[in-house]
Amino acid sequence: MSSSIAFRDVWVEYGDQIVLERLNITITPGSFVSLVGPSGAGKSTMLRMILGQEHPTRGQIMLDGTPMSPEPGPDRGVVFQRYSVFPHLTVLGNVLLGFEFAASPFTARLFGAARKKAVAESEKLIAEVGLEEHRDKYPHQLSGGMQQRLAIAQAIAKKPKVLLLDEPFGALDPGTRTQMHELIRFLWKDCGMTIVMVTHDIKEAFALGTRLIALDKKRRDPQAPERFGAVITYDLDLTRESAVPVMGFKPLTKPEPRKPEPQAQSQGAH
Amino acid sequence: MNIAPQGASRYLLALMPFVLIAFLYVAGSAERRAANPEDKLLPPVSEMAAAIKRVAFEPDRRTGEYALWVDTAASLQRLAIGLGIATAGGLIFGLAIGILPTVSATLAPLVGVLSMVPPMAVLPILFIVFGLGELSKVVLIVFGVAPFLIRDLALSISNLPHEQLVKAQTLGASSWQVAIRVVLPQIMPRLIEAVRLSIGPAFLFLISAEAIAADVGLGYRIFLLRRYLAMDTILPYVAWITLIAFVLDWALARLSRKAFAFAYVTERR
Repeated sequence: MSSSIAFRDVWVEYGDQIVLERLNITITPGSFVSLVGPSGAGKSTMLRMILGQEHPTRGQIMLDGTPMSPEPGPDRGVVFQRYSVFPHLTVLGNVLLGFEFAASPFTARLFGAARKKAVAESEKLIAEVGLEEHRDKYPHQLSGGMQQRLAIAQAIAKKPKVLLLDEPFGALDPGTRTQMHELIRFLWKDCGMTIVMVTHDIKEAFALGTRLIALDKKRRDPQAPERFGAVITYDLDLTRESAVPVMGFKPLTKPEPRKPEPQAQSQGAH
Repeated sequence: MNIAPQGASRYLLALMPFVLIAFLYVAGSAERRAANPEDKLLPPVSEMAAAIKRVAFEPDRRTGEYALWVDTAASLQRLAIGLGIATAGGLIFGLAIGILPTVSATLAPLVGVLSMVPPMAVLPILFIVFGLGELSKVVLIVFGVAPFLIRDLALSISNLPHEQLVKAQTLGASSWQVAIRVVLPQIMPRLIEAVRLSIGPAFLFLISAEAIAADVGLGYRIFLLRRYLAMDTILPYVAWITLIAFVLDWALARLSRKAFAFAYVTERR
């Protein structure tokens, strides 16, 4: 189960500051998209827009062809770099919570047979991410990698069609990171969701993704740096033998032709 | 900074200032007695013990009641009702203001203004509106404590990582479910802490209200005895009030640690 996500001419502005310009992409169902770019290029903004936490200033985001719900919901799961798990609940409690929200609108708690069933399902997920020994521990008793495993288990419990990862492995050591890569690749194939991952690690982006999207500011105005936002500078298909641009993508290698500025003496440097 | 007392020595260090104060008192009392056998200011311990026996274990000759216990019951009832209402209101409004931006926009400024009104300044109004009975004393405690609790809770909710609230929504939670399963358990330790800090002000308001208009209560009694300069009874009463406040504080601290152990893992010592 997976969804397509389409950005239709999306702009994001914070007051005077333009963050993202002319975002036009379609993410096919079941792809694993790596989002890279320098800090402040709007990677996380893009992710939060898919999440429904932020909204485009202009344009539209479509989920499976219909305009996306403007609030976070159970069809889109998320794992943040930090604070993704609830510190007051055990590992089991954290995973169970998703089932309890769905089954019990008023008390958000389950009892008896319904609880047993949900516990069994949660335990399966906990085992899948390799935390079965830590079932009754609280998050503060877990390492960073284990906390992220828990956050992933929690997210996939809802069987989301889209899973969003915001630098999920950024704070982990290299060994743990490799383990996490295997885990997420397995879960992605197993659950067949669309994954969008923001990362600072280019190697990780190439290793995991089926498609890589790079955001950067192509144009800069030194007098008014806030007037130009980031655009997509690379859009690569990683499923071929070597990375090739996605069909129909026209990289903005040169700034659009503009009238030569009268005082521009260093034209050759551009 | 790096030398920390361990085990028994910690209790010994804690006890030292108390012993010192007791010693100074006994010495001072003896000296004044030697100079003036009629002295009322620093009564010796024996007189205080006799006074305690009189108010706590002998029925009053006129009413047949045991003054200390009747006063304690009346005061504690007022305090419990006042603090209870303030806590419940603080929790409900604090949660609503902390979680729902619409409620926050509507009520947060009002609560901010109310918390700046000196409670003692409205006491005359409360006496006029609610009469001199129990109600005005309870309302004074609520008025003095609840705005602080509301603001404190709303503030601690706004300090919860926003990621948690978003994550809960991606797990399918409604606002209500976020409130009771994600926010409430995490702010309960802070609520208990805030109530602990409010015990002092609550007693202040209680005793002030009792001093002005009451016919029973701890505050009423000590202000009544002031007219007779009865230090031998006033001092034990003050100690008794302190003990009650201290036990309340300690019990709440224990409760918080027992029930919300997760909140105390990162603190020092």
